[in-house]
Formats: sequence, structure tokens, C-alpha cells
Amino acid sequence: MSDLTRKTASELAELMTSGQASSVEITQAHLDRIAAVDGAVRAFLHVDTEGALAQAKAVDDKRAAGEPLSPLAGVPLALKDVLTQEGVPTTAGSKILEGWKPPYDATVVKRLKDAGIVILGKTNMDEFAMGSSTENSAYGTTHNPWDLSRIPGGSGGGSSAAISAYEAPLAIGTDTGGSIRQPGAFTGTVGVKPTYGGTSRYGLIALASSLDTPGPCARTTLDAALLHEAIAGWDPMDSTSINAEVPPVVEAARNGDVAGLRIGVVKELGGEGYQPGVEARFHEAVELLTKLGAEVVEVSCPHFQYALPAYYLILPSEASSNLAKFDAMRYGLRVGDDGENSAEKVMSLTREAGFGAEVKRRIMLGTHALSSGYYDAYYGQAQKVRTLIARDFAQAYEQVDVLVSPATPTTAFAIGDRIDDPIAMYKNDLCTIPSNLAGNAAASFPCGLADEDGLPVGFHVMAPVLRDDLLYKVGAALESALAEQWGGVLMTKAPELEVTR
Amino acid sequence: MTIAAEVMPIDEALAQYDPVMGLEVHVELNTKSKMFCGCPTEFGAEPNTQTCPVCLGLPGALPVVNARAVESAIKIGLALNCEIAEWCRFARKNYFYPDMPKNFQTSQYDEPIAFNGWTEVVVDGETYRIEIERAHMEEDTGKSTHIGGATGRIHGASHSLVDYNRAGIPLIEIVTKTIEVPGEKAAAVARAYVSMLRDLLLALDVSDVRMDQGSLRCDANVSLKPRGATAFGTRTETKNVNSFRSVERAVTYEITRQAAVLATGGKVIQETRHWHEDTGITTSGREKSDAEDYRYFPEPDLVPVAPSREWVEELRATLPEPPSVRRARLQGEWGFTDLEMRDVVNGGAVELIESTVELGVTPAAAKKWWLGELARAANESGVGLEELHVGAAEVAEVQKLVDAGTLNDKIARQVFEGLLAGEGTPAEIIEKRGLALVSDDSALLEAIDRAIAANPDVVEKVNSGKPAAAGALIGAVMKDMRGQADAAKVRQLLNEKLGI
Repeated sequence: MSDLTRKTASELAELMTSGQASSVEITQAHLDRIAAVDGAVRAFLHVDTEGALAQAKAVDDKRAAGEPLSPLAGVPLALKDVLTQEGVPTTAGSKILEGWKPPYDATVVKRLKDAGIVILGKTNMDEFAMGSSTENSAYGTTHNPWDLSRIPGGSGGGSSAAISAYEAPLAIGTDTGGSIRQPGAFTGTVGVKPTYGGTSRYGLIALASSLDTPGPCARTTLDAALLHEAIAGWDPMDSTSINAEVPPVVEAARNGDVAGLRIGVVKELGGEGYQPGVEARFHEAVELLTKLGAEVVEVSCPHFQYALPAYYLILPSEASSNLAKFDAMRYGLRVGDDGENSAEKVMSLTREAGFGAEVKRRIMLGTHALSSGYYDAYYGQAQKVRTLIARDFAQAYEQVDVLVSPATPTTAFAIGDRIDDPIAMYKNDLCTIPSNLAGNAAASFPCGLADEDGLPVGFHVMAPVLRDDLLYKVGAALESALAEQWGGVLMTKAPELEVTR
Repeated sequence: MTIAAEVMPIDEALAQYDPVMGLEVHVELNTKSKMFCGCPTEFGAEPNTQTCPVCLGLPGALPVVNARAVESAIKIGLALNCEIAEWCRFARKNYFYPDMPKNFQTSQYDEPIAFNGWTEVVVDGETYRIEIERAHMEEDTGKSTHIGGATGRIHGASHSLVDYNRAGIPLIEIVTKTIEVPGEKAAAVARAYVSMLRDLLLALDVSDVRMDQGSLRCDANVSLKPRGATAFGTRTETKNVNSFRSVERAVTYEITRQAAVLATGGKVIQETRHWHEDTGITTSGREKSDAEDYRYFPEPDLVPVAPSREWVEELRATLPEPPSVRRARLQGEWGFTDLEMRDVVNGGAVELIESTVELGVTPAAAKKWWLGELARAANESGVGLEELHVGAAEVAEVQKLVDAGTLNDKIARQVFEGLLAGEGTPAEIIEKRGLALVSDDSALLEAIDRAIAANPDVVEKVNSGKPAAAGALIGAVMKDMRGQADAAKVRQLLNEKLGI
């Protein structure tokens, strides 16, 4: 039953409920698929075959015993390697954590387990989530299943590639400046960055604490919503987690009615620097939504032009402090511990060997931006910009319910294309960064293929804090309208991967 | 580097220079759990047994503020007459040290929970006002033990052991503004201030204030300016002084050392200094410039702390009477002189006398026992008064027996002796040792008869109009009764007998 890997998560849940397939069968099918294609895709850093099958078996047993199960019980999932899972290697894509097995589960992981979701393994990512291509992973680049010579996006390239290569129906990503949405756009899948604080950061190896947000990756809007519901909600272990009801995301995904919804096209996120094929698909999608009864207006967010520089001061500042704990004292890599070197020397030798170039670059940037004498000019100024961006959003949301833009200025670029040009790389997150700075909800939904290269284009929706349901409403409407044109979800247009096993 | 090994005599130093001080006191709170996680805070547990992903700073772990620690911080702030911030934040103080799990300390920087306060201390009957800059919350670091070196310091050590049990213990740092008191009083004021803080923290029940366990540590900043000058001199910071006496000695030492440096044309270096209890000197630690860069920034893992005004007022209402005010009140109530009260305070007997008085004993009697018999016993066994096997209840019981005429002071002392030896309750001791006064009139009358018979000359004197001579007969009766008679009773019966 190899076509089990072609099913969506909700279809798989259905099969299990009706007794047509067991979780063990489904899990095994995905493990087989990973074995068959991951040599080419390289989405996974670690496949937990035994653990996954044991989890699947446990769900099957519970089902047989007639115990109540959550909607996604038994469905397999790929976990970004930045979330701790007890006893399973967790590296955040870095050499400095090679071989580290956390003694505890992240809250998101705990909730996945509680929901009976089967964790297949850990997916590749840019080191400490720094990057827009997954080329910065210390463990090699992940390939875009749509075109193996291309990057899958970053930093969560492994998670998005895993679901677009049918290695898993669901995946967890984390989004600091677009790391769920940008790879989602590049792989023709759905990627949602929930409201900051809507999902717990406990157990998420921090890149930038004030920006990091775990969220769902899936091939359909409904699957993403089901996963969103499974992981979201208040966590007393995370002080920044919001103590409020989870927005009705599943209901919104099932009922994608946009009639009367006011949609604002952000003037500043388009035009020069945007690939024509990306812009064309984006505008068609806006047209479609208009036809479905949405009210579309253009809105201006004048401070968005400062989002990128502000982000690249705040992120490295927080990262430089967050990464200070990797000092070879308690866990992970230790270099130079031969009894001759001082603690400081061991620390610096370990960091020299354990951190990649991009990580070092950002630590240096952040250390400088926070240092006395420069704090006000850099970090302080960036925080002011952040306030202005939040104000832009607030003013825009007075006029409209959601904001939209392309998810990325271009489609997936070729491996190696921008790796030596950090600025060009950073510009990829132009559209996604403002939502992280403001902490509101945002998502990318597939909206077609660019004419120039035949690669997926992402449609970006932004919604106010705790109105994550609006994202799903728009996503579901768009998905069903486009499915009529395409005869299914966009993923069905993806080329078949050669089985390498 | 030490510029001048010599010191200037303190009198000479103070004749030439005015000392300026600033005191930073770190207080370990007595919360059950740590500042940012649920780990226990017990002192002396096996190394690394009271840790979790949060206080070990494991990747992904996040802090959550201990509400009880915030409550303690507010209480301390209120007791020091501080304003309590309506909104404050934690910040990260970034620096590297192997015993600091995250390589930053979560602390408060420019937005402390309490600020702008004041308090008073009394030295030799003079009251000095100490301005409080701030009281802020922070977490402690782990503890390093350096093995193999001669000094116990990291240099020369073959390896180091790190215990993270202490990492994340809640601390409050109380920082004074510049203290400028007459130089000859500076060191005594510093001591009195720390001692006053200890009493205050105990009264608030926010810390165990065990200085020997490091739960109260004082950093003393000292600088000198030539007499009459207005500009401050360069300061040094003597770290981790942990007894009242040492605070006084360390300040005095720094005054005499800095004076010697300045007088010989040297410059005081801004640095941290280590205090040596055994030799009574400070030595140079790490050089510290103003530009030391901790790269403070608001802690993004924690939401701001915004104590509601209602809560602050509720806490204000629970504050105990400040120890200094309480003492003044008790002194008035008890009718003690300043000198008597000072003896009581220095003897650590305020609470004990108060409880004893509450049980119906006169203040004078309570003081007599606690500062006399019991203080002597405590002193002999080298323990505190409160550690004796005698409490307010026992003292009150004994004194009531004295008041009732069952015991006299001399016999009461024997009862205390028994109590201190753990021989049982006062009643049991009186019973066992046969200590009750003889109140049987016939026994007393028999003894009086014997005394009269044995001392005809004394009787003669009394009869010839010298009633004062009867004292010798009372003495004889008391001796006959082995002291176990009520002298007043004997006098009364004797007078009746002799018709005086």
C-alpha cells in the first residue's frame, strides 16, 4: 500500500478510524519512502525507526482497546531538529551539538506525543536556524523535491522537503523570520507561523527568543490546522506563551468562506526585485479571492522597508546571547580538553570547530550591536523600528481583516547561488520578517507555479494576534478554488522523485 | 598589583581623607524553589542533585519567574521605604564563567523592582540616614571548587568541580547610594547597616540570613577624597564580605590602605578586592574598568513584571514593625535605659524578653534571667540564647514560682541549672532536687526557736531596742533551712515571736 504516503494527514486519520489501515502500516510506509528517496532529498538528519514504530504500535493498541484518540492519532510527522526530544539526537543543524540527546521533551513534542502523533525523526535545518536555504546546515544541504538542484528554502528546509517528498504528511517547523513560510512557498506546501506565544517555545533551541515560533507544515490547509490545534495553547513553562483559547483554526480550515472578508494587499511588498512569475501568480490568487466575495484594497505599511535591517540587528543580538551557553562545559562538542588548555581556551577551540561561518558572523554582529556605546545606535534603534512596524500592522488591521503579499520575492534558487552573498540571502525573507517583528500570525499557501521556472509560488497571508483562524479561512478558500483549476492540490503537480534505494 | 603594602594608621588617615562608601548587599531568599524553575533550594545537598533543564541552562529550556521571590522583593523594597515599580523587566547580563550555565545572568538592570528608598541606622546613639538606590532581583550562579592548587583559586589548580545546585537561587541585591558619614564613624555605620538589614530581613521572613552559608554577602565600595575636596576618589570594591565584624574591618582596612597609597603619591586602582578574614587585609582581585561590557539587554524569554498596586498595598499591610521602631517602642514599654536596652539588643535577647514579658513576667525580671544566668550559660557553651534548652515559657514558670514565694532567686538559679542540663520541667526539677521553699509555719517556727535559743545575745540586743539586730537571727534561720525558706516569711514570724 505504497500510496499511503500520498494521503493527507486527515485522510490517513480517516483510514485508521475506519480500520482500513493501521498506524504501524502507515508509519512503515513512510519509513520505506524515506529509505527510498531521502538519499536524494536529504530531509532527515536522524530517522527514529524503532521509536516511530513503537509509538505507532501504541496508538494501534489504544485504538483496538477502544480508548478515545485525538484526531491525528497515529499519523506520522517529521520534526525539525531544533526541538528537543528526550533521548533522540538533537543538533539544531550544528556540529557543536553533535550526538547530544536531550533529557527532556519540548512542550510541542510532548503535545505531539500526547496526541498520538508518530515522530519519524529529526529534519535538517540551517545551523541554529540561521539561513534561508538549508545550505548552512553542518550536515549538508537538503534538496528541493521539485528540482533537486535547488534549495528547499530555510531554515526549515528539511521539514518542508520531507512533506513535499511524501516522506511525511506533517512536519513541525520553527519560524523566526520566515523559516516555516519561505520553505513552504519553495516546496509548494502550507507553512504556518502561529501568533508569537500561541505555541510554546519550551524546548525549542533558541535562535532569537523574541521572534521564534514553532508551527505546522503540511500539504493541505486542513492538515496544517489539525496539527496547529494539536500543538498550540498556553504553556506555563514558557513565560511568553499566551494564556488564551486557541483560535478555531480547524473550523476555519473546514469552512473557507471569504465572502465579505476585507483583504489588504501590502503595497510595499511587491514590484522591483520580485520575480514576474511570482507576482503573476500572486495577483491571480488575489483575483480569485475577489471572485469569492472578498473585498480587496491596497494598504501601505511604510515602515516595512526597515524591517530587514531591524531584524538583522535584533536577531543576531539575541542569538549572540542565546548561543553563549554552547561553551563545551556541560554537553555537546569539546575540543582541546587535553589538560593543558584553560577553560577559556577549550571554549574558544570548541566554538571555532563547532560553529559554522554564518553562526560566527551573526554572533559577532550581535555582540557588537549590544556592546555599550553601540547599543542605542543599533539594538535600541531596531527596537524602535519594531514598534513602528507593529503600529503599521495595527493601522492596517483597522482597515482590513488580513494582509496579503507574495511569500517570497522569488522561487527556489539553485544550490550554491547565494551562499556567498549573505545580503542577497537575507532579502529572501523580506515579506515574512515583519510578522515576526510584530508577533502576529502569518502563513504561506501554494498559489501556483511560476512561468519562468515551473517552481511553486507562495501566497502570504498575515492576520492580527490570535486571529490565526483568518489565515486558515483564506488558505482554505484559495486551496479549493485552485484545486478546481489544477484538479487537486498543487503538490500533485510535483515531478516524481526517482527512487534511489 | 598592590602598590603600597603598608597602611596608614586610621586616625591619621581620617585626619587627611574623607571616606565615601557604597554598600551592595546580596541576600539569598528563603523561597522553597529557585528563581526561574521549580528546583528545591535546600542548602548543603549533594552536588548537582537540585537541578533541571532550566537551571542547567540546557538548550531550549526557558525561565519562568518565581512569584514568591517577587513578593519577597516587594516586601524588602517596602521595608526600605522604596518605590515599587509598576512595571519592570529582567535583563541579561552577559559574561562567561564555567559555573554560569547560560553564560548570562538573568538579573535586573535599569528597571529594578524597588528603587529610591532610605533607612536609618543608629551608632553610638547617633542616627544616620542611608539612602537606598535600588533593590533588584537576580539569580545566583553555580559554585566552582578548584582542586589541586595551594590557594583554592583557579590558578595552579589541576581541575575544577562545578556544583549547579546554587545556580538559579533567588537573590535580592540591595544597593545604597553614596554614603558620606563622618569618617571616624564610616566603618561602624557600614557594620550597623548590614546588621540592621539582617534584623529587617529576619523580621520580614524573606531570608534565613545565614552569613556563614553566604546567604547574606556584602560588597563594600570605598574611596577617599582629601579633606574638603568635593570630587570623589577612585573606588575599590571589596567582594563577598560575610560577617558584620568583617564589614567593619574591611572598610577600615581599605581606608588605611588607600590613604597610604594616596599619601605616597600613588594612585588607587579601580578594582575588585578580596577580603581575608584571617589576616584582616584585602588583596587585589580583578581590575575593573567602567567600560566593562556586560551587553545588558531586556531578557526576551520573560514577560515584564507588573505588580498590581492592590498587591503592593496588601503586602505593605503585612509588613512587620521595623526592628528599630520596635526596639524604641519596647524600650519605652519596658522602661529600660538606653544602656540597658543596648545590652538587651547586643545580647540578642529582645525577642526572648518580649515573649517572657508576654507571659506575665515583669521586664526587669525577664531581663535579669536572660542577660544573667542564661546569657552566662549560653556564653559558656558557645551557643546563642535561642539555642538553649530554656525558652520564654520556662523562664516565666520559674519567675512565677519566685513571685509566689515557692522559690527564691538563689534556688531559682538551681532550677535553671537543672533546666540547662535537661533534667526536665521546672516542676520536675524542684521535685527531684527537693528545691521548694519550706512554707510550713511549724517547721519555720521550730527553726526560729532554735535560732533564739542559740543566740541569746542577739535576742538581748533586740529586746534592748535594736530591732535591726534581728537580721542575724533571720540569717541563722535561713542557714538552718538550707536556704529553702522565704526570707520575708521568716522575718514576719520572727517579729511576731519577738513582739517587734
